[in-house]
Amino acid sequence: MSQPALNGVSGPGKVLTLDSMNPNVKRVDYAVRGPLVQRAVQIEKELEQGVKKPFTEVIKANIGDAHAMGQKPITFFRQVLALCSYPDLLEDDKFPEDAKKRARRILGACGGQSIGAYSASQGIECIRQDVARYIERRDGGIASNPDTIYLSTGASDAIVTMLKLLVSGAGRDRTGVMIPIPQYPLYSAALADLGAVQVNYYLDEDRCWSLDVKELRRSLHAAREHCSPRVLCIINPGNPTGQVQNRQCIEDVIRFAKEEHLFLMADEVYQDNVYAEGCEFHSFKKVLFEMGPEYSSTVEMASFHSTSKCYMGECGFRGGYMEVINMDPEVKAQLIKLVSVRLCPPVPGQALLDLVVNPPQPDEPSYTSFMKERTAVLAALAEKARLTQEIFNAVPGITCNPVQGAMYTFPCITLPQKAIAKAKEEGQIADAFYCMRLLEEEGICLVPGSGFGQREGTFHFRMTILPPTEKLKIVLQKIREFHLRFTQEFS
Amino acid sequence: MNSNKLPVDVRQRAQWLLGSCAGGSVGSYTAAAGIPNIVNSVSEFIRRRDGAPSYPENIYISPGSQWSITNILKLMLNSKASPRTGVLIPVPCHSTTILSIVDLGGAIVPYYLSENLGWELQVAELHRALESAKGVCKPTALYVINPGNPTGHLQTRKSIQAVIQFVAEKKLFLLADEVYQDYVHGENEFVSYKRVLAEMGPPFSETVELASFHSVSKGVMGECGLRGGYVELVNVDPAVMKHVYTLFSKDTCAPVLAQIALNVMVNPPRRGDPSHRLYTVETEHIKTTLLHNARRAYEVTNSLPGVCCQPMDGGAFIFPRLALPPKAIQKAKEAGTEPDIFYCNRLLEDAGILTAPGCQFGQREGTYHVRFCILVPVATMEELLRRLTSFHTQFMAEFS
Repeated sequence: MSQPALNGVSGPGKVLTLDSMNPNVKRVDYAVRGPLVQRAVQIEKELEQGVKKPFTEVIKANIGDAHAMGQKPITFFRQVLALCSYPDLLEDDKFPEDAKKRARRILGACGGQSIGAYSASQGIECIRQDVARYIERRDGGIASNPDTIYLSTGASDAIVTMLKLLVSGAGRDRTGVMIPIPQYPLYSAALADLGAVQVNYYLDEDRCWSLDVKELRRSLHAAREHCSPRVLCIINPGNPTGQVQNRQCIEDVIRFAKEEHLFLMADEVYQDNVYAEGCEFHSFKKVLFEMGPEYSSTVEMASFHSTSKCYMGECGFRGGYMEVINMDPEVKAQLIKLVSVRLCPPVPGQALLDLVVNPPQPDEPSYTSFMKERTAVLAALAEKARLTQEIFNAVPGITCNPVQGAMYTFPCITLPQKAIAKAKEEGQIADAFYCMRLLEEEGICLVPGSGFGQREGTFHFRMTILPPTEKLKIVLQKIREFHLRFTQEFS
Repeated sequence: MNSNKLPVDVRQRAQWLLGSCAGGSVGSYTAAAGIPNIVNSVSEFIRRRDGAPSYPENIYISPGSQWSITNILKLMLNSKASPRTGVLIPVPCHSTTILSIVDLGGAIVPYYLSENLGWELQVAELHRALESAKGVCKPTALYVINPGNPTGHLQTRKSIQAVIQFVAEKKLFLLADEVYQDYVHGENEFVSYKRVLAEMGPPFSETVELASFHSVSKGVMGECGLRGGYVELVNVDPAVMKHVYTLFSKDTCAPVLAQIALNVMVNPPRRGDPSHRLYTVETEHIKTTLLHNARRAYEVTNSLPGVCCQPMDGGAFIFPRLALPPKAIQKAKEAGTEPDIFYCNRLLEDAGILTAPGCQFGQREGTYHVRFCILVPVATMEELLRRLTSFHTQFMAEFS
């Protein structure tokens, strides 16, 4: 088998071709790992081979991956995970008692006392119970039922599962799913994949990317002309925008969802990443229940969380869950069937989630060092958020809304007309063209705003605030210099 | 890492693996297809196993093999297609892949394995199945499980060649689920579809589109809970491969601990490595247990009246056929259940053994089966067989 043969030869005779394949898959795009990132990987290989470039390393500020950017894992979590993976270590006195206690409990809940055993498809029961208790503590005592909690392979898996259940119908009755613009492109990718109708509602850039119910209404009514909107997706804190919704806004959204009979999906994976003064995370679940039974017993909702973000940053473990409120019991039976096709979520991710919702308590040996690490991570992120805002806003042609939360900045860039024209010539959107030049000239990998959606005629990029502070300062500096050069070149 | 408590080869491998992770952490995302060094090691494994070239860019690591199977099916299936796209699947077949096909809007085209010939796959039956699909759906893919689940049948080289010739002739995409390749307890060896395809040479080796699936869930690792698997694609249109990348990338990546387990599976300690001895002792024990259990289960089930078990060469299960007495079948009907579900419920209630009834996997009309897993300690297997014998005797007496 020759390599070209193994790689496949295009053309007639093949069963699977661009023409015969599922057309929905062709519409799937995931900008966070799109062509720019692929080029970045290529450049890294070239650097390894000794090719000379104006930079010595590629800085991957495209993806919300904290550890990749040097953030350290939380010691306690890794200790428990090590104990769970290799239980012989339970005999080792280097591990604190509170870590061993949790490891024993988790292993006790696993088949054959091993994290290598399948778990129930919905997730290990005692972990779901711990998640429910965490939610109750977080939400001021509002009850959470472990049966409504589904552990998943990262939050993305649960989001796609819910969308699968929700998308149906054909023609004018085809499910419409309302998503924010700009949005995290998992949503648009999943909707394309499922053949659902994407219904855009625009966040208000002039008002710090806030969500306005008037805009939800406009979007919904326009959508009703051609599809059947059934779902409203909210990302709070926002990705890529970082805005943290205030309580009033959340109430307004819930009221709107009830009036218009929409299923609410609340993506809250950044719930611990809140930096700006005056901003506070309010869970949709909490607000829903505080609005009283008229709402809490009728509005159908799923809330999502993950172990990939916040202060843990354990993306590689693929841990997450969703809490589903007011789901029709018959649909619930279908949901259980659907999650069983994946067999079960990764058990190390489930174990990690258990630690996140059940961290060291004040009376436990690991508490002090745990809190120190947690605080340090969140404080560093807050400082980097502030720094980023400050530096970008001082660059002519770049305006940056305050990074209230999450892990990104999504500044608006003013591009000269000539640059936009040049991009068009090369068959590219202007911000993708800009980002590709930035990658080639400075070795900084960002994601163009067009990958997330933006108002026509505006351009943005998304950059993570994750690199260590000193490196971040250099990155911001280089982007500044690049922007000025770029603007000059195309003036 | 600096402790002497762990053997030096363990520490070296861990160091190498951590060095392959972004930021030196297993908590980082990885490339969509998996950590490149690990993907390379999988490719190397395949090359060693098959003696044929394997290219890393055709390999994708995923959270379990079912995830890859779903993604590949997704490329071919579209719920809006008219006529619906069909996938030929064996009867019996484990239900997960079937669920995926149905979920994605595909049509199931069953082909029956020949029970009396040890659950062999007969090409004549493949032809019949394809014929039956005329006017019903558009068959596009053929799904095979080797070694079989639930049957335990291990395909011969000749059989695999015949299947490859069939898909080449009929223009079908071949999906080869080979997750049980390390569970072989007969005299015959597992030979992969990829290897046979390569050995057949052109035109087959250059044209047949193949996806082969493997996993860390089975074999001597048995790490089901980690969720690690991979697919190797052969002769897939390069334009389509771009979309394969996008599909996998929107799932971000497979769990890193699973990727690490996969690396250890495809590249275990070698002779001369400090860990080799312990590794050999542990894996030999697992293999001997499996072999012993397979023999005992086959012996005992075949000794029970009305029970007939085909010889198994591989896999993790036995799938005996039950000749249920008419009275039992009647009782089941009255209770509104399938006869084999009825039998399995009674087996659970009366003997405390949890099994899977044959109707879950598909079977010929009027036949009944039950699937038992044989991946248990020897003592547990004996206890299971003892209870089964006692239960079955009583059951047959009750309904005679």
